[in-house]
Amino acid sequence: MLRYILKRSLSLLVSLLIASVVIFAAVEVVPGDPASYMLGMNAQPDTLAALRDELGLNGSLIQRYLGWVGGMLQGDFGVSYTYRTPVAGMVADRLAVSLPLAIYALALSTAIAFPAGIWAAARRGRLGDTMVMGATQLGVAVPNFWFAMLMVLVFAIGLRWFPAGGFAGWDKGLWAGLHSLTLPAIALALPQAAILTRVMRSALIDALSEDYIRTARAKGLTRGQALRRHALRNALIPVLTIIGMQFSFLLAGAIIIENVFYLPGLGRLIFQAISARDLIVVESVVMILVFGVIVVNFAVDLAYAAVDPRLRARE
Amino acid sequence: MTVASIHRGLFSLLALTATMSMAEAKTDIIVGMQLEPPHLDPTSAAAGAIDSVLYANVFEGLTRFAADGSILPGLAQSWDISADGLTYTFKLHPGVKFHDGTDMTAEDVKFSLDRARAADSQNAQKALFAGIADVAVVDPTTVKVTLSAPNGALPFNLAWGDAVIVAPESIEGIKQNPIGTGAFKFDAWVQGDKIDLVKNAAYWGTPAKLDKVTFKFISDPTAAFASVMAEDVHVFAGFPAPENLAQFAADPRFQVLVGSTEGETILAMNNKQPPFDNLKVRQAVSHAIDRQAIIDGAMFGYGTPIGTHFAPHNPDYLDLTAQSAFDPAKAKALLAEAGFADGFTTTLKLPPPSYARRGGEIIAAQLREVGIQTEITNLEWAQWLEEVFKGKNFGLTIVSHTEPADINIYAREDYYFQYGTPAFKALMADLNNATDPAKRSDILKAAQKMIADDAVNAYLFQLAALSVANAKVQGLWVNAPTQATDLTAVSWAE
Repeated sequence: MLRYILKRSLSLLVSLLIASVVIFAAVEVVPGDPASYMLGMNAQPDTLAALRDELGLNGSLIQRYLGWVGGMLQGDFGVSYTYRTPVAGMVADRLAVSLPLAIYALALSTAIAFPAGIWAAARRGRLGDTMVMGATQLGVAVPNFWFAMLMVLVFAIGLRWFPAGGFAGWDKGLWAGLHSLTLPAIALALPQAAILTRVMRSALIDALSEDYIRTARAKGLTRGQALRRHALRNALIPVLTIIGMQFSFLLAGAIIIENVFYLPGLGRLIFQAISARDLIVVESVVMILVFGVIVVNFAVDLAYAAVDPRLRARE
Repeated sequence: MTVASIHRGLFSLLALTATMSMAEAKTDIIVGMQLEPPHLDPTSAAAGAIDSVLYANVFEGLTRFAADGSILPGLAQSWDISADGLTYTFKLHPGVKFHDGTDMTAEDVKFSLDRARAADSQNAQKALFAGIADVAVVDPTTVKVTLSAPNGALPFNLAWGDAVIVAPESIEGIKQNPIGTGAFKFDAWVQGDKIDLVKNAAYWGTPAKLDKVTFKFISDPTAAFASVMAEDVHVFAGFPAPENLAQFAADPRFQVLVGSTEGETILAMNNKQPPFDNLKVRQAVSHAIDRQAIIDGAMFGYGTPIGTHFAPHNPDYLDLTAQSAFDPAKAKALLAEAGFADGFTTTLKLPPPSYARRGGEIIAAQLREVGIQTEITNLEWAQWLEEVFKGKNFGLTIVSHTEPADINIYAREDYYFQYGTPAFKALMADLNNATDPAKRSDILKAAQKMIADDAVNAYLFQLAALSVANAKVQGLWVNAPTQATDLTAVSWAE
């Protein structure tokens, strides 16, 4: 197990190094100067020069790359060009929205997908299965931002049960925070739940045709008992993979939903930073996201080992 | 307790809180706007969003814009101009305090103006202060500003958000914690979300009627619509979806405010790049454009046609739209005279605002009618600034010039549309030297006529100021003489 973890850690570090080079290069080649964006159309050349100097935009590319990576190694993600506050603090503020939103959406999606997938697999080919599969087709096909707008029309403008958007803030209490994240979480969760239901169902159906299920049935377990005790556990590996991928997606990929509900999340921060050419924010936030995704994958790898003893034994 | 009784309980609780808030007029307001300020220092960035939140509310200058665009005294209660027009002596209001409790004195005025015009200044409108030779403190409430040449526009220049008075002791943290002299104090900023202001109880002038103001930043037009409809925001300043305004106007819960801005929206031409270096070609483009069709198609009817680079609500405005009236036949004839009987192909580079993106499609179609083919490129602002504004790599572009009274940009040879003829420069020099209002007015009219005669750009329309508000909110600015959301006189009707 230890060697397994060490090997995984090493590949984690190499991935991060490569990612830092790619991110820095990609962001720096984009045309557009942060100083002229900030000072606008009437700026005098000497004013622009003064600002560029203060932002440290005059150093060479290599110097700036090393400065950036060196800073990150010491936990310093730089200071935003436009907001003039440390990037680390901005990310922490945004994560206070994005992370709970991702967890909320993931919880909803698994809470829907597990029972629906198991129920459909147990009724393979019958009416219930067909209905669940039809619903998931719809869930995968419907764009989440459109569904979000529809929910706003019904639940915010029509029924007034929820605000049309915005985030109340955790200082107003857990309930207020969750309340304002509910519509966005549902909008994010439904397509994910549809995908996860389909994966759950097909993984279970595969497992149900294995020899050990026949053996379990032969020793007297009912179909339901065999499914719960033996098939479910074996079907979890592909499901875990999808959950890991979905979590990464939900954390970084909620940009559109954050826009529809004007939530101050990470996606919106990146979006604003790109248009303002706040390069240091883009670089550092993307780097933090890459780190997050790699760590989630690492955790999923460890979870495989926990679920599947063969993975532990092999090393 | 049954579900029904819980519902009943909740309902009566809601009814109770509703009656409680009905009892006295609301004293807080939530204002939605599209763009969030990058930071909170109006004296070191061009972002209009900074002024939209802070101008007149938190920060004040020596003079200020009134809702109709005229110049009123601000922190200076009066000023005297010397006979040669070179010295302005400003008399400050006594007893003005910054929000941190320190006194606002002539020293702060000197600091603010010197900071704005310093060699290492980061003021986005540094040109406003270019003519100032010296700022001297006479006594704590008197400041003497000496100019290197007469400049009748000084009180106007000092009304800009870029010229507000800041204090040396709070300048360090101004970007996060702005300390001004206004009727509202900065309270909190949740980045990406909102900014809170609270009433300044120690305000020197007429106190604000509201106790608390929240600016909420909602960039997506659909979300903006939903936030107003759901009454999550009480006012949306600069509403981004003109197509929805009719729906609000028909709903008794809301009022729609349609005013004018300082935004001259133009189809800019690269005057030094062939074929736009040819006057006939530029005239042809002007005649090929159907302004009303663009206003109707791109802005859903909101906007006033203009024939020169000047705001129609300004008393000095000359209506020159007839001079470049929509006339495709004439445009074709002019093109033929210029040697482009078969037309030509050029680039049309569009920044993100919808007036440019929607307007661009319509203009491309109109130009095609007279034989001019355009290749449309959509650019982000940063790209537009780099490629078009700085690089001058474009044939045509559409942009709204939102600075007030900015016809003097035509005197800048290196400005992106590259005009700056000696004759126009001479006019602007005369304007700077003139302090007599009648003479200034004549010069401004001559300037408008000159750029229209030279068809420097095709002048499209004055951008409308569009806001939606709860029907009970009163005292909002209808026009936008500068980018500001002045809430000092805003209140709720009983």
